[in-house]
Amino acid sequence: MLSIKNLHVSVGDKPILKGINLEIKPGEIHAIMGPNGSGKSTLSHILSGKSGYTVTDGSASYQGKDLLDMAPEIRAREGVFLAFQYPVEIPGVSNVYLLKAALNSIRKHHGQSEVDAMDFLTLVKGKVRLLDMDEKFLYRAVNEGFSGGEKKRNEILQMAILEPKLCILDETDSGLDIDALKIVSEGVNSLRSPDRSFVMVTHYQRLLDYIKPDFVHVLAHGQIVKSGGPELALELEEKGYSWLEDAEASA
Amino acid sequence: MAVANSSQYLEAYADRFADLSEKSDSWLKQQRTEALGQFTATGFPKARDEEWRYTQLSALDKTLFLPAQKSASCAIDVEWLKNYQLADAWSIVLVDGFFSAELSQLDGLPAGVVVSSLAQSLADPKSALLIADKFNQAVNVDENGFVAFNSAYFADGVWVHIPAKQILAKPIQIVHVATQASVAINTRSIIVADEQSQVQLIETFVGLEGAYVSVSVAEVFVGQNADVTLYKVQVESEKALHFGGTYVKQARDARFRHDNFALGALIARSDVHTDLNQASECEFNGLYLGIKRQHSDNHTRINHLKPHGISRELYKGVLDDKARGVFQGRVVVAEDAQKTDSQMNNRNLLLSNDAEADTKPQLEIYADDVKCAHGVTVGQLDEKSIFYLQSRCVDEETARNMLTFAFANEMVDKVKIKSLHDVILGQVLLRFPQEGVNKEWL
Ligand SMILES: Nc1ncnc2c1ncn2[C@@H]1O[C@H](COP(=O)(O)OP(=O)(O)OP(=O)(O)O)[C@@H](O)[C@H]1O
Ligand SMILES: [Mg+2]
Repeated sequence: MLSIKNLHVSVGDKPILKGINLEIKPGEIHAIMGPNGSGKSTLSHILSGKSGYTVTDGSASYQGKDLLDMAPEIRAREGVFLAFQYPVEIPGVSNVYLLKAALNSIRKHHGQSEVDAMDFLTLVKGKVRLLDMDEKFLYRAVNEGFSGGEKKRNEILQMAILEPKLCILDETDSGLDIDALKIVSEGVNSLRSPDRSFVMVTHYQRLLDYIKPDFVHVLAHGQIVKSGGPELALELEEKGYSWLEDAEASA
Repeated sequence: MAVANSSQYLEAYADRFADLSEKSDSWLKQQRTEALGQFTATGFPKARDEEWRYTQLSALDKTLFLPAQKSASCAIDVEWLKNYQLADAWSIVLVDGFFSAELSQLDGLPAGVVVSSLAQSLADPKSALLIADKFNQAVNVDENGFVAFNSAYFADGVWVHIPAKQILAKPIQIVHVATQASVAINTRSIIVADEQSQVQLIETFVGLEGAYVSVSVAEVFVGQNADVTLYKVQVESEKALHFGGTYVKQARDARFRHDNFALGALIARSDVHTDLNQASECEFNGLYLGIKRQHSDNHTRINHLKPHGISRELYKGVLDDKARGVFQGRVVVAEDAQKTDSQMNNRNLLLSNDAEADTKPQLEIYADDVKCAHGVTVGQLDEKSIFYLQSRCVDEETARNMLTFAFANEMVDKVKIKSLHDVILGQVLLRFPQEGVNKEWL
């Protein structure tokens, strides 16, 4: 699904990612943890095509294609979805309008016709219920005036409707209350399938109780310094990151 | 001393003046003579006037726009006019500044409500008396050269009178249609809404192809506790010059709302002034769009004269190509106007490096216990928003169009008359790339 090799990324002259290697197979869930400022969001952004970064070395291929070469919207239409750490407010564009535009451009990309208006509404309303949201959110401007938790839920709503292949969740759990975390996790779990993969950036073990990862990676100073199974997250919860950073320093 | 550009006009308009003057009652004759004196002295405004420094007026020097003549209404394609004239409103149509009975639709107006040709009403002694009482009461003839020009030379226009407590079920639309090139069309409207009445009015300015000047002065009197909304839809022809002034006087507790859509003309200037009395409220909304070499100049003045007045103002500009937009908004709070609550905002979106926006909010506050806020922005589309949309499958160009449209549509969405909303939406979409903005989904 996704193969990242020796990826180096800078902003201006400042190196941020310093040789990331990551293999993600279909159906797998990878959690990425790591201290603030270690480069987790940068990795999410570079995978989804945000401008302002320079790839100085390495590669990322998605379904056998050079991911870094594609325009952001092409990646999205090909099935890469980023749930933003900080979703952007778009005044004047309604949620339902954007969902329709997004869904139809995916369909067009795959040579399909526009979605039927009734089918669309049925689909959307189903997902709204799944995420325990108020239908009114559909007709509000994208994220405008949404609370932190509502924004995160809205990201997952979009994901549920667009049915991407590679879902990158950047701290979707932060800002969610306990009930919302459960609902959002159930929403994510309902999307799990053998041909869909997840990259979950998180600071907290709690999310991983609900969504069980296959692998946990620790990103520090722009590198993956340790990888393991779900038990690694528990160890991090207990010991923090310093023992890894110490190990890295002495290595 | 007569000024260069006005002297040509004085000469070319001498016969028109003599003719109009002869037809006028003595009070009006006097008004016209005074206005002529004013125009002779000042001519059209000059760039050196602070209030006019951004407005390009050289076209008036280069071409002498002769007085428009009354033309046959049959010159107008009724089907074409339907794009602008609302079926679900009472409408009065002026063709090149002259009332057209054939094109107007005034059947079924409630008894006592008057919507008529100003020239005809001036010929009727009873209504002339009411008009005389209001003429040039909301504006001074020395306000600027266009008001003087208009007062001296207007031949026709509209007289609207809504009696007390009358609540109108349908809007009243005034349609100004220009069919001739190289002429000046000069119309005067006087609108009086007596106490506790409610009315929605629409002023539409539209023209066939061609360069012409449209000069329009409207005086609006909102009676005590009355509620008047006036929409202005300016979609003049691409080469036209438009100078429109709306001057309002609000009585105690009166509410006035003005929504200004400045979309057409090569050079357009709009002035909207209101005087607020005790506890009266006004809301000014504006959207100016500029493409190619369009110049759109928007001036507003809100005079808080008495305590407890409320004013809300939001003007938005979208400027592409080499277009230029100007916003000059002035709020004056008189010494006596304690507890005034005023907000003024102007937001501009520049879509090209050659586009320009000049924004100049002015607050003059002479009272000490007031709440006044203002804010202005001039900016480009937000890159974060573009990336967010791209990450949701929308290509960059469509994302830009969606965001541009969304910015402008905030103002269109405020229009609650469905048929009018659709006309304005269509006009906005006409002027900007529609790619990615799917009207059916809105
Ligand atoms: N545009 C930029 N200009 C300069 N520095 C940047 C830019 N973007 C990211 N950085 C820096 O790169 C580093 C990694 O940032 P990133 O947002 O990827 O961290 P993160 O791991 O997601 O942190 P957090 O856990 O706080 O979300 C930080 O030091 C950040 O300041
Ligand atoms: Mg981050």
